[in-house]
Amino acid sequence: MAYNIQTERETLKGHIVYLGTVVEENLQCAIKSLVEKNPDLAYQVVQTDRCEIDAIEIDIEQECLRVMALHQPVACDLRFLVTVLKVNMDLERIGDLAAKIADKVLLLYKADPAYFLSDAMQLPEMFAGMFDKTVWMFRQAMEAFISEDTDLAYKVCLADDEVDLAKRAIYEDLEESIMNDPARQVYLAKLLSVARSMERIADHCTNICEDIIYMAQGRIIRHNLSQ
Amino acid sequence: MSHPVNPIMSAENPQVAVEHLNLFYGTAQALIDVSFGIPKSQVTALIGPSGCGKSTFLRCINRMNDLVEGLRVEGLITIDGENINDPALDVIELRRKVGMVFQKWNPFPKSIYENVVYGLRIAGIKERSVLDQAAEQSLKRAALWDEVKDRLQQSAMGLSGGQMQRLCIARAVAVHPEIILMDEPCSALDPRSTARIEQLIRELRDEYTIIIVTHNMQQAARISDYTAYMYLGELIEYGPTQKLFTVPERQETEEYITGRFG
Repeated sequence: MAYNIQTERETLKGHIVYLGTVVEENLQCAIKSLVEKNPDLAYQVVQTDRCEIDAIEIDIEQECLRVMALHQPVACDLRFLVTVLKVNMDLERIGDLAAKIADKVLLLYKADPAYFLSDAMQLPEMFAGMFDKTVWMFRQAMEAFISEDTDLAYKVCLADDEVDLAKRAIYEDLEESIMNDPARQVYLAKLLSVARSMERIADHCTNICEDIIYMAQGRIIRHNLSQ
Repeated sequence: MSHPVNPIMSAENPQVAVEHLNLFYGTAQALIDVSFGIPKSQVTALIGPSGCGKSTFLRCINRMNDLVEGLRVEGLITIDGENINDPALDVIELRRKVGMVFQKWNPFPKSIYENVVYGLRIAGIKERSVLDQAAEQSLKRAALWDEVKDRLQQSAMGLSGGQMQRLCIARAVAVHPEIILMDEPCSALDPRSTARIEQLIRELRDEYTIIIVTHNMQQAARISDYTAYMYLGELIEYGPTQKLFTVPERQETEEYITGRFG
């Protein structure tokens, strides 16, 4: 029965890569909708998350369960399937967080369209670095999954600290701005949530990389534990 | 090629200790420098492709191989520190201590009751109350008592395959062995009977050391505490079952248990 589990693995890997591509595109669109203040694009991001990403996640989970039931995998095959299940979940959560960012754009626009589109609403420059780093982590995590590259996976895990630091700096900056500029507090409070979402996305990228290391080496490095 | 041994291969205070075991059928070598320790009151599974020496190794533990012409054994096997190949050893006593259950159930053409107490009668026990008590206890341990208690004097040949195999286990435990060897005990049983035997093996583990040969990888994963993978007469890897089936140490083991080889 196990003679074609390799084929099943390749198929599942393809599904994860496809889901990763859709999630990355949606994340990019979510960032773009915020930077360019584009509510139509934000709406599209929310719809893609609800209609496409969630459905792909369910399909992959069902496919994993089918392969597990039919092949009763062990060792590297078992680790691969467990990793696929977990990566699938992390990608879906990243999709949700991208949709959450887009949702903030829609909320701000609906509250006061003219004010939202005015120059008074300028995204602090600090966000650009955080966006770039998080998207970089996402891409490298997917690359590490495709090539089962544990060195790259470790690099991504280490980069998480940079995103955490960026979030902390943005928080301090935004909190100060909220105190100094109460008129913009609704907008700035929404940006706090965006920074939080980006930081969570980086956490999920780290989770993915930790699972890749487990898949390849059988070592659990989560919570700084190793076996 | 000699394979390095995982440190876990030497369980602390093993009940069965095997050191540099070599076995020859004439000039053909069937076991090559096998060394490991099998812990007490645990289930140890032996897996590997056909002809790798699993059953040959199993039969070494109660010297069933003695009956094979031209067979030669080198190395040391001790049970509780006693060399079982010592010429002075009482082989009958060894086989009482080390019971065996075979692939195909083999009840004697006698009643259910007589099958269970057969070993005790051979040992000279005649007292009816002792035999009755032993029969009941053994059948209960083999999870068969409730199904046969009202027909103990009927022929064992009327039982189902799964029941016959459990009867053979009852017969094995009746003489109070310390170790039970099982050579593919479920390979001829349907899934339901297999599940009963597997459950029984888990229950018996507390009282006996069980060493089981199985071709069913999932069965080894389900019921055993330790697993040994053998190939071409060599012990390739031995360790806790959970580890061997999730993160095996050796590439050869991984290839075999994932079906890429063998």
